[in-house]
Amino acid sequence: MGAYDKMVAWLQNYWGEVIYLSLQHLYIVAVSSALAIIVAVPAGIWMSRPRNQRRALAFMQVLNVGQAVPKLALLTLAMTLVGVGAPAAIIALWVATILPITVNTYEGLRAVPPHLLEAAEGLGMTPREILLRVEIPNALAVMFAGLRTALAINVGTAPLAFLVGGGGLGELIFTGIDLNDYGMMLAGAIATAGLAMLVDMLCGLAQRVSVSRGLRLAAS
Amino acid sequence: MIQIDNLSKKYGAITAVENVSFTVPEGKICVLLGPSGCGKTTTLKMINRLIPPTSGRVLIGGRDTAELDTVTLRRSIGYVIQQVGLFPNMTIEDNICVVPDLLGWDKAKSRKRAAELLEVVALDPAKFAKRFPCELSGGQQQRVGVARALAADPPVMLMDEPFGAIDPINREAIQDEFMRIQRQVRKTVLFVSHDIDEAVKMADYIALFNMGRIEQFGTPDDLLARPVSDFVANFMGNDRILRRLSLLRAADIVRADAPRPDGGPGSMAPGDVAVSPGDDLRQVLCLMLEQGRDRVACRDAQGAVVGFVHQRDILVRLGDNNATVA
Repeated sequence: MGAYDKMVAWLQNYWGEVIYLSLQHLYIVAVSSALAIIVAVPAGIWMSRPRNQRRALAFMQVLNVGQAVPKLALLTLAMTLVGVGAPAAIIALWVATILPITVNTYEGLRAVPPHLLEAAEGLGMTPREILLRVEIPNALAVMFAGLRTALAINVGTAPLAFLVGGGGLGELIFTGIDLNDYGMMLAGAIATAGLAMLVDMLCGLAQRVSVSRGLRLAAS
Repeated sequence: MIQIDNLSKKYGAITAVENVSFTVPEGKICVLLGPSGCGKTTTLKMINRLIPPTSGRVLIGGRDTAELDTVTLRRSIGYVIQQVGLFPNMTIEDNICVVPDLLGWDKAKSRKRAAELLEVVALDPAKFAKRFPCELSGGQQQRVGVARALAADPPVMLMDEPFGAIDPINREAIQDEFMRIQRQVRKTVLFVSHDIDEAVKMADYIALFNMGRIEQFGTPDDLLARPVSDFVANFMGNDRILRRLSLLRAADIVRADAPRPDGGPGSMAPGDVAVSPGDDLRQVLCLMLEQGRDRVACRDAQGAVVGFVHQRDILVRLGDNNATVA
């Protein structure tokens, strides 16, 4: 039996659980990522304004600390705050996801060539118009790179949610480990990897739709 | 018309621009010329308040621009920069329509305007309107930059070394192109440059800056023939006499010659070299020196001889510093 057939066989043995837990898994990922985007994109924009330059560096250190704390510790902390269940997992994943999105939003906006900003200002755009019409469209590719990194981390970390009663594919993985049932463990692991690929693909699709063709042409 | 009245810019103890005053009449091009760090770009940017002036006034059409908020002011002034600054995420058409869109023009009207302007800058709208900036050459991009500045039909255009990043051959072409456009649109243009040839070629007036002050303001001929200081004379170059010739056309000093024994009145002798009336005298004199002649024939587009240009006429014209040549 080839490796591919084996993978399919493992998944088939737990098909019902895989589907059910994948949906739980995606729910945790989706909610925590959405919350992270809501916070991280404005934070990145705020940091990229020239008048906030010095505060931005301090803010970045705070986020770095958030990123450096082990995910398991984050989960435990979250659990002591909101108790067991999906909310604890969502909070922990939210913290873990904020940094890459913020950093890439910040760096992407700062990398917009200064002469574009000068042209925009000279033509009479307000700061808001410059941000929406020039800065964000031109930073979008870098921002998406951050989002994709964040989502990969998020999907890959989400199995830990099981440890705080948050459900998801971690249930198969950790139970499989505990029962010495490699089939069960691998079914969860393979499904997690599949989800990561699926999410990244969807994100790539969204990137293709939203990043201007002019920028893609310029990059190629 | 644009009046600059006692404009100054100070950064702490450093004075970048000091009491600059000059007036550019409607429809004329004024080149702000000078070495790096002389305050010419700072002066230009104080007009659309990208740099807020420390003191002084700017009047456009007699109206003090301090009465306008910066956004309204900038939308009413065309602005072209050296790096062009076309937005890579927008099509050529959308780039040209930036200001009309900000002003809330009807979409169909502004896109029609974009197509007209592409015609004006000699780019085929059918071919270019939907392209992106990265698909155009540097020269084509700057033509679009000029079209964008013209989009909302502003009375005044500010150009900050617009052709400085273009290679010499294409620069000549785009300068000629811009002069053709200017004859059509008649804007009041302030143009920053550090290139004397460009200034002499394009300017109706030159404001020569040195260390934050205007050293001399006048026509190109004023600066070339009657420099007010050693700085002006040095900056305009030792060959300024020759540069001055480029202000004159063959047509300006052509004259009919006396009948010759070997031909009818004013006809060409065998071996005579011919120029056209539009050639500038710098080219004509070069040709004379190269061919070792003291006169050349001047022929119009149909090939008929209009008359002759004589070397001694050129020398007489140059010797007279007080006569305005152009």
